[in-house]
Amino acid sequence: MTTETLIWLIPLPPVLAFFLIVLFTNKNKALSHTLAVGAAFLSWLGSMIVFVRALGVEHLGEHPFESSLNWLPTGDTWFRIGVLVDPLSAAVLFFVAWTVLMIFIYSVGYHNYGQPEGDQDVKGLPPRGAIVNAHGHKHAVPSVEPMYSRFFAFIGLFAFGMYVLVLSDNLLTLFVGWEIMGLCSYLLIGFWYAKKSARDAAVKAFMTTRVGDVFMLLGIAWLYSYTGTLNFREIFQPELLERMGNAMAFPELAMRWPALFPFISSFSIAGAIALLLFVGTVGKSAQFPLHVWLPDAMEGPTPVSAMIHAATMVSAGVYAVVRMFPLLEADVTGTSMAVVAFIGAFTAIFAATIAVAQNDIKRVLAYSTISQLGFMIAALGIGAYVAAVFHLITHAFFKALLFLGSGSVIHGMEHGVLHTGNHHVDAQDMFNMGGLRRKMPITFWTFLIGGFALSGFPLITAGFWSKDEILAEAFGHGHWWVFITLAVAAFLTAFYTMRQITLTFLGEPRTKEAEHAQETPWTMTVPLVILAFFAVAYGWIGVPTGFPVLGGLLPNWLHEFVGGTLAEHPEALAFNWIPLGTSLFVALGGLYFGWLTYRNVNSPAEDRLQIPLLKNKYYFDEIYDRLFVKPAYWFAETFVYKWMDQGLIDSILHLFGPLTDKIGSFIRKYIDLLILNDAGDGSYKATWWFGRNLRGVQTGRIQQYLMFALAIFMLVGAALYFYFRYFRLVA
Amino acid sequence: MVPLSWYLILAAALFSIGLFGVLSRRNAVAILLGIELMLNAVNINLAAFWRYGNVLHMAGQVFAIIVFAVAAAEVAVGLALVISVYRKRNTVIADDIDLMKW
Repeated sequence: MTTETLIWLIPLPPVLAFFLIVLFTNKNKALSHTLAVGAAFLSWLGSMIVFVRALGVEHLGEHPFESSLNWLPTGDTWFRIGVLVDPLSAAVLFFVAWTVLMIFIYSVGYHNYGQPEGDQDVKGLPPRGAIVNAHGHKHAVPSVEPMYSRFFAFIGLFAFGMYVLVLSDNLLTLFVGWEIMGLCSYLLIGFWYAKKSARDAAVKAFMTTRVGDVFMLLGIAWLYSYTGTLNFREIFQPELLERMGNAMAFPELAMRWPALFPFISSFSIAGAIALLLFVGTVGKSAQFPLHVWLPDAMEGPTPVSAMIHAATMVSAGVYAVVRMFPLLEADVTGTSMAVVAFIGAFTAIFAATIAVAQNDIKRVLAYSTISQLGFMIAALGIGAYVAAVFHLITHAFFKALLFLGSGSVIHGMEHGVLHTGNHHVDAQDMFNMGGLRRKMPITFWTFLIGGFALSGFPLITAGFWSKDEILAEAFGHGHWWVFITLAVAAFLTAFYTMRQITLTFLGEPRTKEAEHAQETPWTMTVPLVILAFFAVAYGWIGVPTGFPVLGGLLPNWLHEFVGGTLAEHPEALAFNWIPLGTSLFVALGGLYFGWLTYRNVNSPAEDRLQIPLLKNKYYFDEIYDRLFVKPAYWFAETFVYKWMDQGLIDSILHLFGPLTDKIGSFIRKYIDLLILNDAGDGSYKATWWFGRNLRGVQTGRIQQYLMFALAIFMLVGAALYFYFRYFRLVA
Repeated sequence: MVPLSWYLILAAALFSIGLFGVLSRRNAVAILLGIELMLNAVNINLAAFWRYGNVLHMAGQVFAIIVFAVAAAEVAVGLALVISVYRKRNTVIADDIDLMKW
């Protein structure tokens, strides 16, 4: 099979699995997960083959795997869609395939496959456990998810969306994959739809990302109307980019009121389009100010969180900006780059401060995702293309690991909850945990690796290399504010990660439930171990060549490979001790302070960082509620419904009703009844009268008829005779 | 040569006799006989006008022959009807055959 054909086939298995599960195997749990995991495996296999083949191609950036076909006729030409695997998509494909497969396998264990069905379980709620008789006495065990098959169908579709997005060679199919994921995130965040919080979170996620998507669609439309193509490689022709980078986006605005909108009027077309597309990313990757949906998305099952946070959705957002980076870079004014850098850096530190005060194990990770995505966006904003991709990939691995690890922790805690029977204990609150390292060793060690990677623990973890590269790029290119902001954010990251590890795993169990926590089944721990391997090893392929001692031991493969995507290969940065020292200091310092501060903290009351402002996420939910949600409700309920609909339109309609009634009865009385009816009746009566009176003529006797005919003939003949004789005078 | 008007008078007389027969006779067969007289009066007219007009135009003669043919057919159908009526109603008196009335 040619590589191009194989690339076309990669996204198909998950979507086939989706349809098969939905249509046929919904009742059969084993068949459903076999289909879904099998499909994920096939896609994984295809991705790996493509990846390996891509490695074998020299100058893949100039000669990527491409294949396209005509799709929509647009006037004289065709809109073509196709697949493209260049170094960037190959690198992304690699981590997507791995994380997706791991999450699929993990989901089997997470949803308690093989456990009995609970008596009290209902669809739309998390399973509450079942009572079984064993060893002569009753005890509670976890019960299988009631909507097990549906879950696998949804994540199958989710994976399909991501594969479509990564393999697209144009913005339109990328957007299609993007929106499929938007739908799936809605379905999966609201998976336990009987919980109001899950429903609200699903709607919130969908609506918030929609805000970004509208702008993105505008950007796509603008780009298409200006260039006539959405194909990446066609858009990124140097001449076209230069033209777009130099053309003013709003020439009239800049000419008439340059002082009024100095910011907007300075945009070039490339910058304006890139920023519109970037707004889509802000929604999808949960950047400030559209970050609010991501923490709430924790309402979904944990594999979904991993799916959204690592393998697919938010990575897709960053991937889109990385994809469109040449456009961003083409903007000669540099305004758009500055905006991107600002948003990224601000989000990085902003989310990190919130994460410090969260107690829910998954919410901490959610904010850390937002913060880490901010790192990547900021890296792109300062032009550190390779560093952004590097961090995107390492982050996907260790964040998938952390989420799956936290799911494992929650699962273990739920064991404890089932054991004690005290369902009021929140299995996700870190202050209810503690000392889990002894109960769940595999989860502990893998979580530790993931956490250290997230913190950037020096030298051995992947997170260190990617984060260090971002800091080094920020420093090397003289972006001081970005450098300082990100350094502080990195410190906070290490701090809250250690806080999380300390509260969860170290010390002594704080509750009876934590004492009875249990290690999770192999379907959950094996993915953890595999992801932990990547969370460590993936960093080794991106060691800068100038790094002391280690540099040059392994070639900086990632830089060469991914950098080849761009027309101009980015230059490797000269080594500098200051960013390295900073990144060593913030990582180790943050971890140490985190441990120091929280090793003896046993309840939220002792935690001095539970500041209301941070705890309530800077009141963003409340502010948005006031600014957007409440006005929207008011607009719908009061303005549209009460005033417009009931007041204005209904009163007009109520005017029309009686008026039409009046006109109708007038017409009936004076036109219909009087004229039409009487005329109708009259015609039938006249016909009847004539028929009745003339029927005597019809005697049935042939000779009488002939006599009539003769008489009439003679009369007519006489009349004609006299007429011509005396009036026309022709005869 | 005998003038045209004599032929016309003869034809008119024959037509009137036929018409009188049709109107006055009660027997259906006799009515058919009257019709034959009227048709032949027309034939005399046709032949006379041909003879006194342009002899090379054969329309008058041809028309007379067509009338013969139609008359023969008409008599055949007419007699068949009369026989059929006679078999059903045992009469050939035209006034008795008056089913087609109000």
